[in-house]
Amino acid sequence: MDSTALAFYSLAFIIIAAAIFVVTAKNIFHSAVYLIVALFGVAGLFVLLQAFFLAAAQVLIYVGAIAVLMMFAVMLTARIADAGVRHTNEQVGTGLLVSLGLLAVMLYSLWDSPFQFSGAPVAEGAGLTLGRQLLTKFVLPFEIVSVLLLAALIGAVVIAKKDDTGRAEPKAKYPAARALREDPDIVRKVPR
Amino acid sequence: MIGLSHYMALSAIVFCIGVYGMLTRRNAVAVLMSVELMFNSVNIALVACARFVTPETVTGQAVAVFTIAVAAAEATVALAIVLLIYQHHRGIDVDRVNFMKW
Repeated sequence: MDSTALAFYSLAFIIIAAAIFVVTAKNIFHSAVYLIVALFGVAGLFVLLQAFFLAAAQVLIYVGAIAVLMMFAVMLTARIADAGVRHTNEQVGTGLLVSLGLLAVMLYSLWDSPFQFSGAPVAEGAGLTLGRQLLTKFVLPFEIVSVLLLAALIGAVVIAKKDDTGRAEPKAKYPAARALREDPDIVRKVPR
Repeated sequence: MIGLSHYMALSAIVFCIGVYGMLTRRNAVAVLMSVELMFNSVNIALVACARFVTPETVTGQAVAVFTIAVAAAEATVALAIVLLIYQHHRGIDVDRVNFMKW
């Protein structure tokens, strides 16, 4: 077993174990921590695949932003992290059946699918090629993704903004009438 | 020798773990974590294809960049919705958040 295989199998073991813990951990905070482990494992796989830019982006975006965002959500929504709260619904059997069936179908279709391998080694400046491709061949999706991120930013702000309508005390339409209702003698107190 | 099928098999396994979590967790944040797992499995498949099928033009890596961006946008908006639901209902049990159903 060469070093590449050793690295792949250990990373695969880490990723699969962490993923299983993410979906089965009773404490939701533990799930978030295991998610970070799984994301780091995927970054390691990207290094193994010589996609260094994506490995850096994976650590920066997933581990640095999304996982921390998840932790914020866990902390802001209290009571769900308590032990003793049931963490699965009644569909455990069905979910297991569906996911294992899907896995069987995927592995079966993988078994004899004719991949067209290219024996060429990875080019020297793969990051350079990636950047050049993003700004030539994929320039339209690149711009669309930037607009999408802007829309998501504004949308998140608008959705999560605390709205005062509805739950706040309704504004009195006639303050004088309300004062009169609360204190009927107020008329006599008014100085002449 | 580790080839494309190894990475594809790993990707399929992680994807199916994500599907299981998405179907069975009650907590909306845990459902989102399962969705992130599925996004990551797809990224593994894309980058593996970029490595083994088109090593000269790293097309799969370019697509993976877009996947990461879309995943970030999805996580942002979904967590905002989760916080809003928590403010209104004092809970984010996805089995009980069905007020748009009828």
